[in-house]
Amino acid sequence: MNAQVAVVLPIVLPLATMTVLLLTWKSIVAQKVIGVVGSTLLLMSATALLWLVARHNILVLQVGSWPAPFGITLVADRLSSIMVMLAGLMAFAVSVYSLATIDDRRVAFGFHPLVQLLLMGVCGAFLTGDLFNLYVWFEVMLIASFVLLTLGGERGQLEGAIKYVALNLISSAVFLAAIGVIYAATGTLNMADLALKLRSFPDQNVVSVLAMLFLIAFGTKAAVFPLFFWLPASYHTPPVAVSAIFAGLLTKVGVYSLMRAFTLLFVTELEFTHNLLLLIAGLTMVTGVLGAMAQSEIRRILSFHIVSQIGYMLMGLALFTPLALAGSVFYIIHHIVVKTNLFLIGGMIEQRFGTGLLAKSGGLYRSAPVLATLFFLAAMSLAGVPPLSGFFAKMTLIRGGLEAERYAIVVAALVVSLLTLFSMTKIWTEAFWKPAPVDAATDVRLGDQSWTDRFFLCGPTILLTTITVGIGVMAGPVMDAALAASEQLLDQNAYIEAVLSVGSRESTRP
Amino acid sequence: MDIVLAITVGGLYAAGIFMMLRRNVVKLLIGLGLLSHAANLLIFTAGRLVRGRVAVIPAGETQPLTIVADPLPQALILTAIVISFAVLAFTLVLIYRTIQTLGTDDLDQLRATDT
Repeated sequence: MNAQVAVVLPIVLPLATMTVLLLTWKSIVAQKVIGVVGSTLLLMSATALLWLVARHNILVLQVGSWPAPFGITLVADRLSSIMVMLAGLMAFAVSVYSLATIDDRRVAFGFHPLVQLLLMGVCGAFLTGDLFNLYVWFEVMLIASFVLLTLGGERGQLEGAIKYVALNLISSAVFLAAIGVIYAATGTLNMADLALKLRSFPDQNVVSVLAMLFLIAFGTKAAVFPLFFWLPASYHTPPVAVSAIFAGLLTKVGVYSLMRAFTLLFVTELEFTHNLLLLIAGLTMVTGVLGAMAQSEIRRILSFHIVSQIGYMLMGLALFTPLALAGSVFYIIHHIVVKTNLFLIGGMIEQRFGTGLLAKSGGLYRSAPVLATLFFLAAMSLAGVPPLSGFFAKMTLIRGGLEAERYAIVVAALVVSLLTLFSMTKIWTEAFWKPAPVDAATDVRLGDQSWTDRFFLCGPTILLTTITVGIGVMAGPVMDAALAASEQLLDQNAYIEAVLSVGSRESTRP
Repeated sequence: MDIVLAITVGGLYAAGIFMMLRRNVVKLLIGLGLLSHAANLLIFTAGRLVRGRVAVIPAGETQPLTIVADPLPQALILTAIVISFAVLAFTLVLIYRTIQTLGTDDLDQLRATDT
């Protein structure tokens, strides 16, 4: 297979799957089967891309063979290929889980095509090398997420959706304005070309203003302090499968864009931009975890933990050393797997009691030992207990912080980690250890569930828990991959050369 | 001409943000619409405002002979307009459904999912 085809496959495959799904709209069985097959294909193509990028370093595809700064460029470097791989994995896990949890009415209204559209947007955002194209992928992803969020039209969903839609549209408008200003300033939108031009831009104050515009645009999508309010207001409203894929992928697209922008484009005024990022990272961590402690419903607690953990990812980016950045990459890998898993497990708990309220649940340790084990492993990994994946992610970040001699953020990270453990213990004692309250809905669903449903529910969570444990046990290879990705991020010249030389080779004619 | 457009863009941003701060959801939608118009006009202004000259490079040349308006931002706006049209259409339906389901158009009443 031509290596460059692999770059476009993670975008084309979901599109093709979506088309087929739209053609088989009327058959619910076909929707389910094709949805899972499409996600499996995406996972396979993402694995192939990861393998190819590991061999070739950076893969570049000039769409329509237009040379580099003029056409749209798709770039797959190590970070993008890792992100696409994770997107494929989450797509697979969530589409299997959705077979047992998404009701036929939602399937009939196009749940599966929308998931594929969302995946196309997410993978496109990870792979593009052009700012305006990134905006388009953001919008593809957003419109799919809008519909997924409101699909079903329950009260809470509509209310949450208004906040989600309004704040995300504001961030899109800021992003669009930022694109306009950056084009006016430099005359290009290709990221590699921009990196070159911004480096030698005469007025660095303008570059700082641009950096702030992009920080607000991407920061809202990534749910950083103080722009995160849409997330805890909406993530607990849709069906669990939808929450889980949102939790795993959407904010991470924002984080990825921040990482791309602040390692490639805005690296001239580090003193200003990255110190601000560090401050934001600390505040995001602390406010997120404090918000989580005040909640008493499983998915609301988990939603606030997403915010808190975005802070960790930004911390590595803000410290801007190879080790800290590798910590960020490691943290993203760990976070996407664990967070999606926890939402899926939370969904199983909600299904048993008919509510996510901790006060109305209990006794699961006795009645569902497998579920208890799965939750325990995922929750401890989230809190960063060794030898699970979260421990190595946090340790790398904290080592990075100590080496950069930024002690305040290290203290914040450690305290937040402790509070995360506290918050996970709260779910554990309430839902698992405490005896079930007398008025709680008993495990009515347990007997009704067919073995296929149980397999569709437990299969993905067992897979993701195994990966979490696997990342912990085999931290070496994952750490190597994260380090390679971070070194590649810091070597802007390699990226610029890879993108622009592919174009210039074809555009040598006068 | 630039200054007129600059004032228009600023005015649109101000009006958009003002409308979004109102309590009515329909006004929120109008605010969002104004905001995206402002961003589009901003890009349009960024592409240089030149009247009556064609942005076509004559045969045998590698760059335009006179100063022309950059056609790329205009193409970008076209894409952005289509996207914002679709998104606003969706938001309109969302707001309609919300008012129908919740029986209120007051944003301050939408507190059930808050934290």
